[in-house]
Amino acid sequence: MALRIGCAAAPGQARENKTGSWRVFRPVFDHDKCTSCGMCQLVCPEGCILTGDKQFNPDYDFCKGCGLCAQECPAKAITMETEEK
Amino acid sequence: MKAILEGSHAVAEAVRLVKPEVISAYPITPQTHIVERLAEMVADGVLESEYICVDSEFSALSACLGASAAGSRVYSATSSQGLLFMAEVVFNVAGMRQPIVMSIANRAVSAPLSIWNDQQDSLCLRDSGWIQLYAEDVQETFDLHLLAYKVAEDHRILLPVFVCFDGFIISHTYEPVDIPEEKDVLAYLPPYVPFNKLDADDPLSMGMYATPEYYMEFRYEIDQAMGRALNVIKQAGKEFKEKFGRDYSELVEAYRLDDAEVAIVAMGSVCGTIKDAIDAMRAEGRKVGLLKIRAFRPFPAEDIKKALAGIRKVGVFEKNVSIGSRMKGAVGYEIKDALSDSSVQVISYVAGLGGRDIRIEDIKKMTDAIEAGNGDCFFGLREELI
Amino acid sequence: MADRTLELVDSGHRACGGCGPAFAARLILKGAGERSIVCASTGCMEVFSTPYPQTAWKVPWIHSLFQNTAAVASGVEAALKRQGRDEHVLCICGDGATFDIGILCISGAFERGHNITYICYDNEAYMNTGIQRSGATPFDASTTTSPAGKKSFGNSRPKKDMPQILAAHGAPYVATCSIAYPNDVIKKVERAVNTDGPCYIQIHTPCCTGWGFDGSKTIDLGKLAIETGLWVNYEIVNGKIEKAKKVKRKPVEEYLRVQKRFAHLFKPSVNTEEIAKIQAIADANAEKFGIDLKI
Ligand SMILES: Cc1ncc(C[n+]2csc(CCOP(=O)(O)OP(=O)(O)O)c2C)c(N)n1
Ligand code: SF4
Ligand code: SF4
Ligand code: SF4
Ligand SMILES: [Mg+2]
Repeated sequence: MALRIGCAAAPGQARENKTGSWRVFRPVFDHDKCTSCGMCQLVCPEGCILTGDKQFNPDYDFCKGCGLCAQECPAKAITMETEEK
Repeated sequence: MKAILEGSHAVAEAVRLVKPEVISAYPITPQTHIVERLAEMVADGVLESEYICVDSEFSALSACLGASAAGSRVYSATSSQGLLFMAEVVFNVAGMRQPIVMSIANRAVSAPLSIWNDQQDSLCLRDSGWIQLYAEDVQETFDLHLLAYKVAEDHRILLPVFVCFDGFIISHTYEPVDIPEEKDVLAYLPPYVPFNKLDADDPLSMGMYATPEYYMEFRYEIDQAMGRALNVIKQAGKEFKEKFGRDYSELVEAYRLDDAEVAIVAMGSVCGTIKDAIDAMRAEGRKVGLLKIRAFRPFPAEDIKKALAGIRKVGVFEKNVSIGSRMKGAVGYEIKDALSDSSVQVISYVAGLGGRDIRIEDIKKMTDAIEAGNGDCFFGLREELI
Repeated sequence: MADRTLELVDSGHRACGGCGPAFAARLILKGAGERSIVCASTGCMEVFSTPYPQTAWKVPWIHSLFQNTAAVASGVEAALKRQGRDEHVLCICGDGATFDIGILCISGAFERGHNITYICYDNEAYMNTGIQRSGATPFDASTTTSPAGKKSFGNSRPKKDMPQILAAHGAPYVATCSIAYPNDVIKKVERAVNTDGPCYIQIHTPCCTGWGFDGSKTIDLGKLAIETGLWVNYEIVNGKIEKAKKVKRKPVEEYLRVQKRFAHLFKPSVNTEEIAKIQAIADANAEKFGIDLKI
């Protein structure tokens, strides 16, 4: 790969860095309890909570397991479980 | 059109013809007449640029960097303390490959405070990645500004340029200048086409940081571009000659060197005095010539080697001092390196610092010293003060 | 209005888990929208988001130096103006870059009246270089250059009042906000980018690593700062303070106790004298901004 003059780069490349490997705790979403309020998605510093099939789910490729979503979920629908490696 | 212009105003004329979209500078003697004249031009609508009247040189070059990154041709000018104050940005601009052209009205650096001329300011930034061109007179100062933009903006280069000329000696001196037509300048220097730019329609991150896996290659690329500039400057000089008649197709200029045994090497306005001194010495039968260096970065080592072939003794006129170094002047080392596979003697003379006048007599004395092999010293000290 | 569903900062950046500034970056761009150009200063956010070539930014982004961002933005804005372009020009800089080393460039840019929005993400110290104090570090916080010790209770000076400094430059819109109230951040950024002239926004962005708390508590910390009166969310519109967020105040101890940077105030015993000084700061804030909810 040739360098881009001026230490410049096009968007999209941070996604090559899969920060999910940092995780010690894993957020597990209880979709029955979830009220789809969207709070978890708003607060995740990784911006990695997705809404596929109308369900909120973290993208485990990037989720660092910080627990902020679980802390802020008004329905207590997210629990942090120890990551199995 | 021929006009009698002060050096600074000639620079302003060059900038007017180059039409930068953004100008940002901060006043400092002896650069002030340039920025004042540009401000007038903008105020009168003669020049349609955004003129950012900044808080400092640090902001001036930073604003130029931002404007250049956003895709505009930009211009700045400074001297001495101002250049040192912006030093961090100077390196940054080159690393970010922004083709900014900046006039340097060369001036000594403090302390002691001195508003007068030497070349310490630009020379101490020789490793920054900026091309450095040195002019001998007002016309050359004017011309090199046009050439500088052409070289800087060439996509093979993308490096910023200092156009250096001696403070007061050139900046405040009136000389006749040939000012080309706007259309001819446009034909020589087409509108700026940025290589990378900040643009919401095509987003890009610029000025990212490099880990050890990448850093060296970025620095290598800058040096490679600087190497390519040797030829690109010559091409731009050749084209300049075709369009405007004046010849800048070489990075060095020989004056009566053909059968010379002794050569003086110098940059900037002092070359004029040296030429007069050489004429006088030649009349006395002394075989002495001058090699004027126009481009200090990139350093034209091969050209210098060729130009000085057959010379026995070379004296380098240094308007700078590299304090603590053996040779004392920064230019001498490069000359010595260029000539390293010959047995020629190369000596540095630190002279004319802080505006100390250089007369024909001084050049003759320097030539005596070169012939006698005395040097690597401060030349022309007032012994009674030491 | 900007499309708030857009994620303009990519996953894969290297911020600590639970990083307040990383959260703030997303919110800022939700408010400013995709037609923004971001000028960044050296610091945590720059480092965690742009190791070459893995940029996390989906909008145009430029970093030059630690302290020249406002000047770089001035140039970007001038170029856009000359070229007839319409992007919003943003600075996103740390508190060190803003309160301390960059203040010359900021002052110049605001005095000249460039149409830029300068956003300071305030994590109250130089985090990138290892948690050294800045002009934004609160009174008595222990940092690596203002450590608590036998003869020190940490940082001996109160936080510099940057919003007032910039309001005094004639900025048409100045606001403080906190990641604890995300929609407020988005709204204020949106207002700033749509206001002509230089605007300033200071976002309280708790930093779990630098302050010493668990990353899951980042928002809790932000809320506590506001609920104790140690951080006030307000706006200054054309020089006049408006809309300070009212709270039913809690004692400052509740905020201090949960952070390692204040741990020395509780060890070996509770230092009531020092805590009283911090309470006085909160009381003065409450008085100045009229934030106490009358019950
Ligand atoms: C001129 C200069 N001095 C010092 C530094 C070292 N430095 C880099 S980032 C930084 C601190 C950044 O602090 P802040 O702006 O608060 O951002 P944070 O890292 O906290 O997010 C320092 C001191 C530098 N890069 N440039
Ligand atoms: S915060 Fe909780 S309730 Fe709201 S969407 Fe997320 S998981 Fe569902
Ligand atoms: S644990 Fe943290 S990183 Fe993972 S989804 Fe929740 S907020 Fe995002
Ligand atoms: S040190 Fe603080 S600001 Fe820096 S990445 Fe970690 S949490 Fe974010
Ligand atoms: Mg900080």
